[in-house]
Amino acid sequence: MAQAAEAVKTTYQGQMHLLQKEIMGKYFERLTRAAEQGDGKAVYMLISGNPVELVLAFDMIPVYPEINALQLAVKKVALPFIQKAEEMGYSMDNCAYVKADVGMFHSGRKTPFATIPLPSLILCNYVGCNVYLQWFEHLAEYSDGELYNLDIPFLHGESDEPSAADITYVVRQLEEVIEACERISGKKFDYAKLQQIVSRSAETGEMWAKIKALTKNTPSPFDAYFDSVTMMAPLYCLRGTEEGLRFFETALKEMEEKVELGMGPLPEERFRFVIEGPPPWPYLRQFRDLFSKWGAVAVASTYSTVGGLWEFGFKHDSNHPLESIAAHMLKWNLTNRSFLQRYEQIHRYVKEWHADALVIHSVKSCRLFSAGQGDMREHFTKDLGIPTLLVESDIEDPRYFSEAQMKNRIDAFFESLEHQKMLRESAQGDAR
Amino acid sequence: MGIENLIAGYREILEESPLEPAAKWKTTHPGSKVVGCYPVYTPVELIHAAGMLPIGIVGGGNRIEIAHADSRFQSFVCSIVKSTLELGLTDKLNFVDGMVFHSICDPARNLGSVFKRNFPQMMVEYIHFPQNMKSRSTADYLAAEYNRLKKSYETLGGKTVTDEDLGRSILLYNEQRKLLRELYRIRKETPQNLSTAESYVLMRIGTLIPAEEHIAILKEALVELRQRDERPKDRIKVVLEGSFCEQPPLELIEGLEAAGCYILDDDFLIGWRWLVEDIPTEGDPVRNLARAYIDQSVYSGVKHDSRQSKSKHLIDRVRETGASAVIFLAAKFCEPALFDYALYRRTLEKEAIPHLALEFEEKMWIFDKSRSEVETFVESMLFD
Ligand code: SF4
Ligand code: SF4
Repeated sequence: MAQAAEAVKTTYQGQMHLLQKEIMGKYFERLTRAAEQGDGKAVYMLISGNPVELVLAFDMIPVYPEINALQLAVKKVALPFIQKAEEMGYSMDNCAYVKADVGMFHSGRKTPFATIPLPSLILCNYVGCNVYLQWFEHLAEYSDGELYNLDIPFLHGESDEPSAADITYVVRQLEEVIEACERISGKKFDYAKLQQIVSRSAETGEMWAKIKALTKNTPSPFDAYFDSVTMMAPLYCLRGTEEGLRFFETALKEMEEKVELGMGPLPEERFRFVIEGPPPWPYLRQFRDLFSKWGAVAVASTYSTVGGLWEFGFKHDSNHPLESIAAHMLKWNLTNRSFLQRYEQIHRYVKEWHADALVIHSVKSCRLFSAGQGDMREHFTKDLGIPTLLVESDIEDPRYFSEAQMKNRIDAFFESLEHQKMLRESAQGDAR
Repeated sequence: MGIENLIAGYREILEESPLEPAAKWKTTHPGSKVVGCYPVYTPVELIHAAGMLPIGIVGGGNRIEIAHADSRFQSFVCSIVKSTLELGLTDKLNFVDGMVFHSICDPARNLGSVFKRNFPQMMVEYIHFPQNMKSRSTADYLAAEYNRLKKSYETLGGKTVTDEDLGRSILLYNEQRKLLRELYRIRKETPQNLSTAESYVLMRIGTLIPAEEHIAILKEALVELRQRDERPKDRIKVVLEGSFCEQPPLELIEGLEAAGCYILDDDFLIGWRWLVEDIPTEGDPVRNLARAYIDQSVYSGVKHDSRQSKSKHLIDRVRETGASAVIFLAAKFCEPALFDYALYRRTLEKEAIPHLALEFEEKMWIFDKSRSEVETFVESMLFD
């Protein structure tokens, strides 16, 4: 049986990465200035279906506790904060994103990249994840910020269309958010400005969708899980800005060039997989290497759609800015869709992106993603006959990552895929 | 002595075959339908008005072996999700025509989808309860959501629901809830005359039979209870919080009492007595139901009402009942309850109210550990 090469490192650093560093660096400086010099008002929001356009229209600063939490995890400094929160009474079993953030909030509000300002508005954009509600309820108790629960009806029906009542409800709430922003920022709402921001979001989203479609190529020009996360930060923090737009222009151009050259993230692409679930941030590198050594590339991921599902046709509409923000939150993002709609999304990825397998990374912290993934595996292996691997760890808490166990499962899985592939290839050879 | 026997009889049903009364009802009412309501809150009036029987499907209790469902939901998911699915996978819900789930937490929401896929013959509904109680549009939204649901149940029940039908159902459940409030009042004021385990049985049986029958049972029980006159024991008075969804085993509830507590108030099965006042019967009944959720429902771990903090509600409840401590009893892996605890603990400490936090699982068999923790807690309070 063919053995995989031991370690394949992925070291690609393009223009896009330099630009990402530069613009995100500026964003973090802005947070720090707001925190330390009171320069600007901060609005706390959540990633899923975030309505960043509204916040930018008032020149307020979007702050994402999820991004802060993931940075703590990536830099491997989350554990003391998690433990601090557990000392305060949070459970071992609570989402560790929240615990890391709460621990950090009570310890001087510093991440490896920025000092986090106190919120003027805590805008809980509830898009599916119920933990969001708890998280922001708690932050509201710990700070003096005003809390607004922007409630998005869950898209649970047979059809994936929100009802007229759902849309009206969300638009009315967005208008109330505008009233709150006017009061807090002291600025009058400028409709034309919002339209301009929304139109930049539309262009950004379109380019992001094009970028994601490029992974349908063989080889895939980038890894739609491990590399997509580089592009997700500007997508949420800077969508609607000139800089954000420039970033996506650069990224698209670079990735198109790679397609032309037939270049991918690995020397050889031997397997294409779809991956479900958020990444294990504290061990991202190790996790990636476990796949790279098998020549396995993620061609699509559900995680990269937590902030929006542009690849299936959504585009902001500057002629109807509020309605299109509402549509984005209601319909066009992963977390506000039902589990069965997620099955469909994954199935589409497997078919249209030509994948060999589905990998489910089940994370303890995030029950929105994970609760029921056993049923998902059952459906994909039994009903659809798609090879499916389920591995468990965590998105934030390093105590739940066991590299040896993970390695065994992944190796065994790809070994058997390799075996099947060889059988298929030799059968084709015989037939010829 | 009728009431002890009455309660013992219902208790046996609850422990041995809780779904049997509903299954039996269906066979004696040919052509009728049963709709299972997952916790926490369901506007049962909408189901009743369509001529169907709404019942509480609250997990499998401690008599069910989880053999299939744990390959669908991971080890870190609460037990009620798995045992409810197990009931379905082992054909125990075959007599149920519909199920309804709500936006209470992420596992419960995903469970709704898993039900849909695994039991295509069932009508699986989902209610998105508003998480924004401050918006001027919330009532409109919820009324539209209830109207959607009403249509769905009209289809399932094969019957158009008129305003009069719905009005009658509201009156009926108003009465049931009023009697339940009375039961809780007796326990709060004279806990020596009604144990929590007893009131629990009296309430839980009502989630499995028609409201009309339950009302008769409650009336009979209340007459007898009003005549009880026991001497109070030397126990501490507590408010119990955290069991709004998955239910603790009855033996555990008894254990808490035996360890030296009078439980003056709790949040067991809270969705069946969620409304603190009667729903008005004048005007549009669907809108009244919606308004009731927004303005007349008690706080809980899964209702997010930023008009007032949950901790304040808990403190008010402690003060109002005259309890001197809080027992926080959360289902293992129940994310909403466990999150709430962090806030409650902070406030309880600030207010110098002693409290004890315990976790349980519905399939739990051994109660020694919890019992000795409660005993130590009670001793520390009684002899302080
Ligand atoms: S449960 Fe998942 S989506 Fe929700 S806050 Fe935690 S990590 Fe994020
Ligand atoms: S017990 Fe808690 S986590 Fe489990 S379904 Fe109920 S509310 Fe959700």
